[in-house]
Amino acid sequence: MANHDVPEVKEDIETPELHEGATAHLAIFPAQEKHMVPLGFPGARVENWQQAGVDKLKDLLEKYRSLQVYLDICVKCGSCTDKCHYFLGTGDPNNMPVQRAELMRSVYRRYFTPSGKFFPQLVNARDFDEETLKKWVTYFHQCSQCRRCSVFCPYGIDTAEITMAAREIMDAIGVGHKYSQEIIGKVHTIGNNLGIPKPALNGTLRFMEDEILDATGQEVRLPVDVKGAEVLMVAPSADFFSAPHVESLMGYAKVFHAAGVSYSFSSIASEAANFGMFIGSYEQKRKIASRIAEQARELGVKRIVVGECGHAWRVAYSFWNTLVGPFDTLDPRYPVPQHICEFTNDLYKRGGLTFDKETNDDKVVTFHDSCNVARASRMGDTPGGQFTIPRDLIRATCNHYADMDADTIHEKTFCCGGGGGLLTDELMDLRIKGMLPRVTALKQVMKHDKVNFLALICAICKAQFSKVLPYYDIPMDTVGGVHQLVNNAIVLGKNKGVV
Amino acid sequence: MPSFELSGKTYETDEDGYLINLADWNEEVAHYLAKTESVEMTESHWEVVNFLREYYDEYKIAPMIRILTKAIGKKLGKEKGNTKYLYDLYPGGPAKQACKIAGLPKPTGCV
Repeated sequence: MANHDVPEVKEDIETPELHEGATAHLAIFPAQEKHMVPLGFPGARVENWQQAGVDKLKDLLEKYRSLQVYLDICVKCGSCTDKCHYFLGTGDPNNMPVQRAELMRSVYRRYFTPSGKFFPQLVNARDFDEETLKKWVTYFHQCSQCRRCSVFCPYGIDTAEITMAAREIMDAIGVGHKYSQEIIGKVHTIGNNLGIPKPALNGTLRFMEDEILDATGQEVRLPVDVKGAEVLMVAPSADFFSAPHVESLMGYAKVFHAAGVSYSFSSIASEAANFGMFIGSYEQKRKIASRIAEQARELGVKRIVVGECGHAWRVAYSFWNTLVGPFDTLDPRYPVPQHICEFTNDLYKRGGLTFDKETNDDKVVTFHDSCNVARASRMGDTPGGQFTIPRDLIRATCNHYADMDADTIHEKTFCCGGGGGLLTDELMDLRIKGMLPRVTALKQVMKHDKVNFLALICAICKAQFSKVLPYYDIPMDTVGGVHQLVNNAIVLGKNKGVV
Repeated sequence: MPSFELSGKTYETDEDGYLINLADWNEEVAHYLAKTESVEMTESHWEVVNFLREYYDEYKIAPMIRILTKAIGKKLGKEKGNTKYLYDLYPGGPAKQACKIAGLPKPTGCV
């Protein structure tokens, strides 16, 4: 592990003292021409970038009334100031949501309000100049778009949307972030974020079948591109590559097997994630989502089930229908789309699955609500289903469970520190500090309830926690998916499965 | 573009120090990259690097972690075929650190 400054974990989450410019030095790797041009963005910063940036802001204000409202109505009440994990971990005032948004509001006032046009100093209006752009690049890449601040805002201002707009403006003038742009490029050329080509995907899934056969004696299948399957299973590509993600992948496969439901992965839609949302691009979001809709039609499936990927679920649940719908070839008796937790929990409740809870008796489990699932979607047919369904499923597979502090779960959950397109090594310092509030709450239940397993349903969270928890002296295998617990507990019996 | 020099030859890398051209790789380069990662190369380290390169050659992507652990277990003994052993060898993570030393591109995405 490289050397990083790890903040002290206190008994409780505390508001830090202000450290002006504490994270001003953190620089993202800029996207290069080869990343930008294929996505339709300029290959380098355009010559008239100041005017082009202001023009793009104007365009967005006309397109998204919400953005105009969010820029107009903030009364600087301060409710949001101590709600952001990056502020709590760094003390940098530009990581207070109100102050981050002010980076855009001050530009908005300068060019779009009479007072800012004529008396900029009086209203703290700011030119869109070199210094401002530098701050935008820095601090709009220190927001994980988790939307915790918006829960506490009396006006419901969605700061994530401001961050998305800022990134969209920067992309339009040729200033992009390598991490997200490179990944989106791979989705278009290869089919997934990791860049796993079809032969490798096939080989990996055949390997997993052998692994499950060795471990259970059962021929559990992980099929690809099977026409006429009942379900198209769309998982984050990290499930085909990383630990602990792969444990959940085995969990999904065993659920389909045990329930006798035919399913298939797709080599073309071999990725649930949609980083188009992180860069605020409607067009990219639509393009990435359309692969899945097209594959559902191509394979002739009746349902689409989405794996453990937080922001993918937001895009699927909240945006798919308007982005790439209607899904009129799917069976209307099932939700479109369906979350894997909803799918598994429903089968279990109706007696279609059997779990042996004792297989997880070495664990005392807590659940981390991933931000995009918690605050930007739902699950099942009752309000709050996104909180209860995963917990019900954990309780069905484990004997020992304890929740973290009520101020840090459900809609008040803290981001893992790596969401929103920030899961990249050049931001490791920020990722470590941004995890402070979540780790504080986790350590509380580790102490009081002997919790030793952090279950969750997001591929970014899994990668971020396994990488960063060791900095806080917590072993990396403390984290895993809800379907990792399912994978351990599911009783396969003599069922032959259907594919 | 960042780069480093070894025996009079210049090697281009990305911002994280991963080789740009796979064909540039040789043992001297691997030793150099290992040094930048503070990794002392032993026989076992080479087994991992060689397997990664073979796999990449065929599939154009690094292997899933379980495929790697299984292959290492076969070569070095079952007790070494696990994630923990790989992290002992490559504390920065087998996927990222070992790939770098093997001259493969950095894995991207939620990893």
